Amino acid sequence: MSAARPLPKWADIALLPLLNLALAFVVSGLVVLMIGQNPIDAMAAIVTGAFGNGFNFGYTLYYTTNFIFTGLAVAFAAHAGLFNIGANGQAYIAGLGVILVALALQYTHWTLVMLAGIGAAALFGGFWAFVPGWLQAKRGSHVVITTIMFNFIASALMVYMLNRVLKPASSMGPQSETIAPSGQMPQLGDFFAPFKSTPVNLTFFLAIIALVAVYVVIWRTKFGFAMRTLGHNPVASRYAGISNSRMIMIVMTISGALAGMVAVNEVLGVQNRLALDFVADAGFVGIAVALMGRNHPIGIALAGLLFGALYQGGNELQYVIPGLDRYMVVVIQALVILFTGAMEGLLRPSLERTFMLFSPEQKAEAVKRETATTES
Amino acid sequence: MDYQSILSLLDATIRLSTPLLLACLAGMYSERAGVFDIGLEGKMLAAAFAAASVAALTGSAWLGLAAGMGVSLMTALLQGAAAITLKGNQLIAGVAINMLAAGLTTFLGQTWFQQGGRTPALSAGGRFTPITLPFAEELRGVPVIGPIYYDLISGHYLLVYVAFLMVAVTAYVLFRTRFGLRLRAVGENPKAVDTAGISVVKLRYQAVIITGLLCGLAGAYFSIAQGSGFGNNMTAGKGFIALAALIFAKWKPVPAMFTCLLFGFLDALQIRLQNARLFEIEIPVQAIQALPYVLTVILLAGFIGKAVGPKAGGVPYTKER
Repeated sequence: MSAARPLPKWADIALLPLLNLALAFVVSGLVVLMIGQNPIDAMAAIVTGAFGNGFNFGYTLYYTTNFIFTGLAVAFAAHAGLFNIGANGQAYIAGLGVILVALALQYTHWTLVMLAGIGAAALFGGFWAFVPGWLQAKRGSHVVITTIMFNFIASALMVYMLNRVLKPASSMGPQSETIAPSGQMPQLGDFFAPFKSTPVNLTFFLAIIALVAVYVVIWRTKFGFAMRTLGHNPVASRYAGISNSRMIMIVMTISGALAGMVAVNEVLGVQNRLALDFVADAGFVGIAVALMGRNHPIGIALAGLLFGALYQGGNELQYVIPGLDRYMVVVIQALVILFTGAMEGLLRPSLERTFMLFSPEQKAEAVKRETATTES
Repeated sequence: MDYQSILSLLDATIRLSTPLLLACLAGMYSERAGVFDIGLEGKMLAAAFAAASVAALTGSAWLGLAAGMGVSLMTALLQGAAAITLKGNQLIAGVAINMLAAGLTTFLGQTWFQQGGRTPALSAGGRFTPITLPFAEELRGVPVIGPIYYDLISGHYLLVYVAFLMVAVTAYVLFRTRFGLRLRAVGENPKAVDTAGISVVKLRYQAVIITGLLCGLAGAYFSIAQGSGFGNNMTAGKGFIALAALIFAKWKPVPAMFTCLLFGFLDALQIRLQNARLFEIEIPVQAIQALPYVLTVILLAGFIGKAVGPKAGGVPYTKER
């Protein structure tokens, strides 16, 4: 075995994800090049489309809000060693809870609608994740497969609900009634002129609160310590007297509740009604965000912004460069997941070697350690 | 329901279960060897696109099929590189491949053909045509048996017969050959296989390659046999149904065939049941659509038997130092 030494912490947290991200961009650039377009122009168009002016930036923040929630949902579960692939379904079902309370309370006041909506989203989204959690904890079924199945079940259920139950008699399309103006949440553009007529709304602040809250829960509470113990070593956590099954259920529920906040942003903040497939693929982007952000709230905030910008920039792309559309962004996203998640081992060995090259002491130390273990 | 409509329902069942069966058998090789594959959907989608594109450009269904299998194979090797060589997370690799296929097929389709992500409609030579088995016409008049042979057994695409043949082949390969024994062993206990001097990496790559080729067949079926061209996201979650079928069949070939037929039947039923009523109660089509997923969840929870996958599934193998 070569005398490899673990990377310094900063390289592991920041440098490696950035290199992987760069790799994903290079490969995406090759795809753009393949169809005869200039990747630099495309990149410039995405950046301008995302940050060019207040209007574009408002859209970027609106997408970012969704991705922070789904990123947090995936990351939260990941700390307990669970891979929640069902944020999409959880957010979708949460939309049902949101619209039900919103329609019930729409003539009161928007603050009431918002608070009740947040609660309902957490409840419905949390429930849709609790069931897979319960099934894993008590019946031993794998949470990944169950959450995949739950995504599809949610989708079928919502098509039914929107077509048969929530669709008002006057409407042709599968969507719910629109919330009355008295129950609609204000947009940030109402207070802050540059964001005028963009969909970024108060939920953005909820996302920031969620980031802080998740940080506190994971790293500053006994509960967070217990869940990280479970994630690192389930056997040790059981011997330490932690109820693993109870932990799995709670963590999955919180994860689902976080995913459910996407429904607050979309249903209460922007669309004011429940529409078919309103989650788009925010749940899957959340996987990329969590991987990119190394499951840390600061990382997730940055990765969420990155993907929000990519999304918004990608939407603008088609107007600037004909032939390139937002599906290019799906490709970039997939490559980011591939390189930062699945092929993380690609660059690590060479990076480790590079670091060793620049630090003879570390190399000596590593060699010493290596020989010590082989002799013993 | 008369005899003829029952036959046509069963005929549709066979047509709809074919891609499921091919994808399900594909997943079986990979998962039996210890590589979890939630990227079946992506491989099929990529293959469907490649098959339709090449068939549209060359006018040859066979070249289309070859292209579909080739692209699916490349996707499988990508997954193999991530999951086997780089010891990455197999589930995340699958998610990435699904997303990559969804993005690239739409994007490239739009760029190359300018038809909103669709490929041009295929000419007659670019598609597989149904095969009429020998004596089908002659036997057609024979009561009861004649229509079964003519409508149900004869008159399918080549890939349909290949799919059902693959059930027997897979059963033989997995349970009657040395390769199959080793393949199953590497999914249960890779260390033992390694100790016996057999390369874990090589075996797993072989399994992943077979998965890729079979997914290629499944994908091509969508676009150049059943359909006449590629449409945006045309596999529509069938890869996940195949995954559900794989679990439901407990990773065994013959049960896989029956499960895929069952899921295909549900699909065929669902198309016919639009607005149908049973005992004055309207059955929501969505309930039938969701049934395969619900059944899988119930099965996984151990309420109707227990589905235990290969023990070493999902874990990259690292040699001991």
